[in-house]
Amino acid sequence: MTEIGTEIGTGALWTVIIGLGAGSFLLRFSFLGLIGDRDLPAWVLRHLRYTGVAVIPALVAPLVVWPAATDGALDAPRLMAALVTVAVGLAFRNVIAAILAGGASLYLGLYLLG
Amino acid sequence: MNTKTTKSPYWQGMAAGAPFVLVIVPFSVLFGVVATEAGLSVFETMVMTTLVIAGAAQFTAVQLLSEGAPTLIVLATALAVNLRMAMYSASLTPHLGAAPVRHKALIAWLMVDQAYACASLAYERNPGWSVAQKASFYFGTVSLIVPLWCAFTFVGAVLGEAIPPEFALDFAVPITFLAMMGPMLRTRAHMAAAVVAITVSLVLAFLPYSIGVLVGGLAGMIAGAEVERQMARRGMVI
Repeated sequence: MTEIGTEIGTGALWTVIIGLGAGSFLLRFSFLGLIGDRDLPAWVLRHLRYTGVAVIPALVAPLVVWPAATDGALDAPRLMAALVTVAVGLAFRNVIAAILAGGASLYLGLYLLG
Repeated sequence: MNTKTTKSPYWQGMAAGAPFVLVIVPFSVLFGVVATEAGLSVFETMVMTTLVIAGAAQFTAVQLLSEGAPTLIVLATALAVNLRMAMYSASLTPHLGAAPVRHKALIAWLMVDQAYACASLAYERNPGWSVAQKASFYFGTVSLIVPLWCAFTFVGAVLGEAIPPEFALDFAVPITFLAMMGPMLRTRAHMAAAVVAITVSLVLAFLPYSIGVLVGGLAGMIAGAEVERQMARRGMVI
């Protein structure tokens, strides 16, 4: 999984922990805290409607095509599991059914092919 | 919904968040395992996980730290992975912007993908909810997810290397996110957003520091908004 190349320095680690904590909070607080209940322009709202449906697939696509667990090599069981998850999610509009089907497909694929 | 009390949305939120427990548990165990394998102590792992509460960004940070990347690069990359949270914040602002600052600070600290997805779906379905009811629903969705995230990170950190890679816990993250796509892809505009986002993200995957993910996400948002605008102009019902 994680290639341990170098010892992590304590100073660097705590800088990252505190910086990431503060930075993540500011990213999440930014609009909620600064804009409050003022109305946003229609075009901004129109774009924000597609945040989840755009950013999450953009985040997942490389994880599916080049999984870290196989050092970035395309992996049939993982690709199959991803397709099954999306297909079941679309067919039944049910998150938990999609997760269970995807997990079952992954383990079946790893058992048969891995 | 058939009741106007603020208690009801809280329990609805908890019910909406409950299924994610099944994926949060393996995901947080995995983070605990990965972090301690990378050389973090149990204490350091727990401080990071409770302060940050962001799966993908935490994995990114630990991965880069163990590769010996410069501190600034580690921070910039992990925050870039988390940049979508600013978009979630903006997207929730019309619903929760009028809440008291202490509630908004708590909402911000407890923001995870699953809570955002549940909340934005519920707010669309319940336009009559007050700000207090909307905040209640949000706190309901995170009240199982976040404590379990921290508890099972601890379990993973203590178990350490006992979990063999054959369990393929690495794929818990993609499966969770992909399972959320089905209910989200409600219109042609949503489909267009997802397809463009995936394409651009994969094409730009060679760029360092998750830039491809950011550009792909933005391109998807623009595509979704543009398809919605075109459909509205032709008088089609979205």
